[in-house]
Amino acid sequence: MPDVTFTVDGQKLTAPAGTLLIEACKSAGIEIPAFCYYPNLSLQAACRMCVVRIEKMPKLQTACTTPVAEGMNVTTETPEIAQARKATLQLLLGNHPLDCPVCDAGGECELQDMTFKYGAADSFYTEPKNHREEQKWSPVVYFDRPRCILCYRCVRMCGEGMDVFALGIQNRGSSSVIAPNVPAQLSPEDLPNLDCEQCGMCIDACPVGALTSGTYRYKTRPWEMNHVATVCTHCGDGCKTTLGVRSVSDGSEIVRGDNRDKSGMNGDFLCNKGRYAFDFTNNIERLTSPLVRQADGKLKPVSWDEALRFAGKKLRELRDQHGAQSIGVIGSNRTTNEENYLLQKFARTVIGTNNIDHHRTADYVTLANALQGTTGRFASQRSVEKAQALLVIGGDPTNQAPLTAWNLRTNVRLNKARVYIANHEEIKLRRQAKSFIQVQQFGYGALASYLAGNDSSAEAASIVAQADELSNFRTAIKGEEKIVVLIGNEVRGGELANLIKALPNAEFGLMADYVNSRGASDMGLLPDALPGYQPISGSALATEYSAPAQSGLDLLAMFDAATAGKLSALYVVGSNPIKRFGIDPSALKGTFVIVQDLFLTETAQLADVVFPAANLYEKAGSVTNSYGDLQLVSKAADKGGARSDFELIVRLADNMGHDIKTLVPFGKGLRADMGQSRGAQSGEADRHAVWLMANNMEPKLSPFDPFAILDEIQRVVPGYDKLLRLQLLSGNDQHIAPASTGLVQIENRKDLVLPSSDTLFTSGSLTRYSPMLQDVQRHQETEVADHLAAD
Amino acid sequence: MPTLVSHPDEVKVVSRRFGMGAAEIDKYVELDGYKAVQKAIEQGPEWIVNEMKASGLRGRGGAGFPTGMKWSFVPKVSEKPKYVLVNGDESEPGTCKDHIIFLHDPHAIIEGTMIAGLAIGAKMGFIYLRGEYRYLLKIVEKAVADAYAKGFLGKNIFGKEGVDFDIITQTGAGAYEVGEESALMESLEGKRGVPRIKPPFPAVVGLYGGPTVINNAETIANAPHILLMGGEAYAKLGSERNGGTRLFGISGHVERPGVYELPMGYSLRKAIYEVAGGIKDGKQLKAVVPGGSSCPVLKADEIDVGLDFDQMGKAGTMLGSGGIVVLDETVSIVEFALRTIRFYQHESCGWCIPCREGTDWLKKTLTRFHAGGGNKKDIDNIQYLAENMLGRTFCPLGDAAAMPTIGFIKKFRSEFEEYLAGARVEHPLIQIQPVGEPELAGAH
Amino acid sequence: MAAIANTIFSPETAARFDKLATIYPVKRSALIPMLLYAQDEVGYVSDEVVAELAKRLDLLELDVRNVLSYYSMLRTKPAGKYNVQVCTNISCMLRGGFELLDHCKHTLGIGHKGVTPDGLFSLEEVECIGACCWAPAVQVNYDFHDDLTPAKMDAVLADYREGRGKDVK
Ligand SMILES: Cc1cc2nc3c(=O)[nH]c(=O)nc-3n(C[C@H](O)[C@H](O)[C@H](O)COP(=O)(O)O)c2cc1C
Ligand code: SF4
Ligand code: FES
Repeated sequence: MPDVTFTVDGQKLTAPAGTLLIEACKSAGIEIPAFCYYPNLSLQAACRMCVVRIEKMPKLQTACTTPVAEGMNVTTETPEIAQARKATLQLLLGNHPLDCPVCDAGGECELQDMTFKYGAADSFYTEPKNHREEQKWSPVVYFDRPRCILCYRCVRMCGEGMDVFALGIQNRGSSSVIAPNVPAQLSPEDLPNLDCEQCGMCIDACPVGALTSGTYRYKTRPWEMNHVATVCTHCGDGCKTTLGVRSVSDGSEIVRGDNRDKSGMNGDFLCNKGRYAFDFTNNIERLTSPLVRQADGKLKPVSWDEALRFAGKKLRELRDQHGAQSIGVIGSNRTTNEENYLLQKFARTVIGTNNIDHHRTADYVTLANALQGTTGRFASQRSVEKAQALLVIGGDPTNQAPLTAWNLRTNVRLNKARVYIANHEEIKLRRQAKSFIQVQQFGYGALASYLAGNDSSAEAASIVAQADELSNFRTAIKGEEKIVVLIGNEVRGGELANLIKALPNAEFGLMADYVNSRGASDMGLLPDALPGYQPISGSALATEYSAPAQSGLDLLAMFDAATAGKLSALYVVGSNPIKRFGIDPSALKGTFVIVQDLFLTETAQLADVVFPAANLYEKAGSVTNSYGDLQLVSKAADKGGARSDFELIVRLADNMGHDIKTLVPFGKGLRADMGQSRGAQSGEADRHAVWLMANNMEPKLSPFDPFAILDEIQRVVPGYDKLLRLQLLSGNDQHIAPASTGLVQIENRKDLVLPSSDTLFTSGSLTRYSPMLQDVQRHQETEVADHLAAD
Repeated sequence: MPTLVSHPDEVKVVSRRFGMGAAEIDKYVELDGYKAVQKAIEQGPEWIVNEMKASGLRGRGGAGFPTGMKWSFVPKVSEKPKYVLVNGDESEPGTCKDHIIFLHDPHAIIEGTMIAGLAIGAKMGFIYLRGEYRYLLKIVEKAVADAYAKGFLGKNIFGKEGVDFDIITQTGAGAYEVGEESALMESLEGKRGVPRIKPPFPAVVGLYGGPTVINNAETIANAPHILLMGGEAYAKLGSERNGGTRLFGISGHVERPGVYELPMGYSLRKAIYEVAGGIKDGKQLKAVVPGGSSCPVLKADEIDVGLDFDQMGKAGTMLGSGGIVVLDETVSIVEFALRTIRFYQHESCGWCIPCREGTDWLKKTLTRFHAGGGNKKDIDNIQYLAENMLGRTFCPLGDAAAMPTIGFIKKFRSEFEEYLAGARVEHPLIQIQPVGEPELAGAH
Repeated sequence: MAAIANTIFSPETAARFDKLATIYPVKRSALIPMLLYAQDEVGYVSDEVVAELAKRLDLLELDVRNVLSYYSMLRTKPAGKYNVQVCTNISCMLRGGFELLDHCKHTLGIGHKGVTPDGLFSLEEVECIGACCWAPAVQVNYDFHDDLTPAKMDAVLADYREGRGKDVK
């Protein structure tokens, strides 16, 4: 669109023709108030707050619906306009409960702000207000009808944004109400209910306190919390979530999650888990003291010193007696890159083994290998939002990667992106697809072959209604000059490699299940590859580590070894393999087991030593999402009695008698407090860190400082060498791709990928410890069970 | 059955066939029916639009927009199909003129729809009746079926190769706001009757996204007559810039209420005192609401004004839908104002704040005032509220509520004050019940 | 459109709905007429009606509820066999609409939106029904009765009570 020039309040502005006046003004720093307008949602012009005077127009005009035009002359603040806005506010307030001090949105309410600005607080109505009782629509969404100002943001967000359409408008005139999709008479307790994805986007969009969060409401006030923007610990999409934190007697607890910091890749979006499923951190079952198994076979709380000393000594003895190859280490999908790197370095240099693995949820080794020798073919989450053409093969982003699904939908809605979907199930996203092909169960290999041009695989690839459906699909995809291909984690190994080969110009994203699944792979929590997928022998890093030249045991092989009495010790960090892989607990009978975790999981119950660990919301560092987008994790909460995995690994090495200076290159920078001791104040420490960085004074404080190890990661992990520290510290995401040469070559690799098949309301082992997820599952099963889902 | 009335001053154009059995297609044809549309097919769109422009016909739905001009706004070529939409939602209190056209001359509306279609290049027309007009729907449905049977509708109409036209009849289900043109399109698309953002205007993006001409039923019924008598001849029947005649529904306190067809510009005083037989039971005139309930009231001494859009505008009110409601000396303006605002409160679609909340507060305040609990400040508040709604709402319904309210207060302020002082007009109609106050969790 | 198995409507109504869903450029346009016809047959818009219409028109039930709750002629609870709707809007009010309403309340013994115990009559005060020049006017089901007085109203009610009343549907 060509630019046009127009005048606002005497100021000459330019903007592309067609830009909405309200947006053009916003870009120029001129704020026009609005309730119903919400960027990128359909226009309403219902609240009449954005009225402005446009020369030559008889009436005040709504800035939210007026596109800028050449020569337009606009005034945004005059007594006439102020009076119009004031009158509108007076009308709203007439029926609005004026109990801001007890309203959940008090302090962050757009109505409150505008009343303050336009001075419409005087009321001249004596009639009673139209009262309506508050309703609980689901464990996470409450609706307080008198506070609703009917801006319809929630309805549009739910329909247009989420493609769920669970909210409607019913009745008319002053009786109009926002209504959920399960009416009272169709629910078991005769109350209206919401059958939806429980994402809470409606609450986020609500400008007032009408829609409130079941997990947060009436717990505290916005100004009493500290707000920390960090990365959600659940799926592999990498959403930024802002955690509201307040002090409690044993540290600081998270009381709210939302996306008020809209700078993340997720923009407006957060799913159910990102918004509410922080509650596992406050669970009373959290471990807060180290446990050591006693002679009577019971786990007993002991002091940190005792536990660490015992574990370190024992581990050293076992290594010395039975050899390093008798020890296995299992890492986590939810710990930071720094911790993951440190853990594999611990295994390879402190213990001296390649017996290291993690619960793999996508085949990143194949992805990196298949794209070797090319550049620019790793897709970022950002490409999902912008690409003109996308192909989704396998996976169900709606359930497993909700931000990916949101970005796909938004891209289709706003940019008319062309989306092609091939899946063995009729996933919901097909509603946005230009075409959808149903793949045969286990037919992805055949599909890859068909896409490569092998017509004889057609039948094995897909169930199609019409003969030319599949060939049209292929033609359309091949006809796309640039296409982003998103692959679900059911495609791996040779099938994945073939698929990538079949689409030589495409960019790829491989969807994994947890916040740092990609990071775990990238950081080398693998028995057959060093960080950055470098070979375990021959590479410079292998020389530096001087670790064994042979591949170590993979996760299952470790348990096989244990069963065979050949595993003397197993060190498990933030992982629950016993439950995940359905392993017979008796396998570990003869093995000394150390587990670091938040809870006494199935695996921890078998341990000889259990260390209470901090979770991702209680530490700093970085994580890498499924696409390779690296982001900063900031410390929000603090749990008395728990320590970060980073610290625990370092202390364990120390107690084994290892020189920790060789493990963590610390102590080279300035002394400063990075917030480890400050609990909820760590946000401040992060800002402090930005300042230090900007002044070329990066702090590397102590052996527990993750940034010290980040130096090493940048030095030795190809791909991560490109990251910009200031970008990271400023909270921006950076896209990282593995090196294009010198990667490990692995043929006929055992398929150890185990997709966790999480849904919107589960998150691996954490599910059990999140009361909210439990409640929501119950709600979906009982309250709205009979009701047809929106899909 | 509505009774037909007549008066020598009437100039019968649209009402020419009333009472003559023209709902039967053969009778209609006998009375020159379907001649105009055939002429229109021969002469082509440009001619039709020119005749309509020359006729000076202005929309009979209320706003008085020149019909020929409206038709000429429709783009010649369009990717999406074009449509003609007949607005028979007739819900403005005081208005029942479309009612008797549908009853006595449904084919005129069908023929007019076809003419509009020919003029803009549409092949489909919709006739939308308010839900309460079920019995009229049946009459129109039968007329449409008869026209299809005769080959007047469908493919190759009147045997003309390639000239196709279809008509679908449709009803609402009780909502005044659906009379607003874009809300009507929403309703016809099976949605809540909430208006659309304009621009784009219906002539460019209307029904199903296609260019659409929407006209009031009476406007449409005039088209065949105009084409037969010629635009200029039609224009001459009326006053300056207000071509032709109009159906005026005169109701309330008159001796002979009814729907009369009078030339545009006809004297309001004569309409009341001569045509409608004067004030009922020899009482004195107090006020007149001249064009449906949304028009500001005229006092008894303000009725020497001609019934056309411009003269009424100059008199500070509107010709609106042509529903003249006559109030005699016994009427309490407070009560009348309350009954009026109660209607708009009930009919506000609820979309925009000033109308939804404004009508609600006007009703609440007036209800209390009427029940004897008012005070002087209320009078100012009512005026303040109405003045702050005016021109600020999403669609004109908000204005329709504000304008009469302002009128009542401005012209009868002293009556409001006397009402306070206890000099209330004793009237038995104190207990006004809310109409269908919607229940919260269901339909109303 | 897939024909609906186990329709809750009579064969005639079901056939009419099958047709209605096909005549419009967009299927959804049939919703409001369907709601009215369904109400005429069932007596009100029940949950079952909502469910079937949603299915017929490929809508969410929520869509149907959003729409149905907007229109004042649609009801979600049963009315009497004869629904007496008295207009009290301005033209009718000036000519005795309220007296007529009072009279109906009194003779039927019910109030606004009430239903007589025998289920025969229900009463509703309504907004303008487009019969202003023949005021005061009343609609019973869809049938108009104009220029009424309390005495004439009694006759109208008597006609319905005795099964002589017209019932346009
Ligand atoms: C609230 C509202 C209600 C209306 N109701 C009607 C109506 O019932 N019938 C009608 O013909 N026009 C009605 N109109 C006017 C229509 O919007 C539109 O102007 C008219 O149908 C155009 O036709 P015309 O140009 O032939 O008058 C209404 C307008 C508003 C704002
Ligand atoms: S003015 Fe606003 S609330 Fe009133 S009918 Fe129009 S859009 Fe609806
Ligand atoms: S006022 Fe009663 S029918 Fe119009």
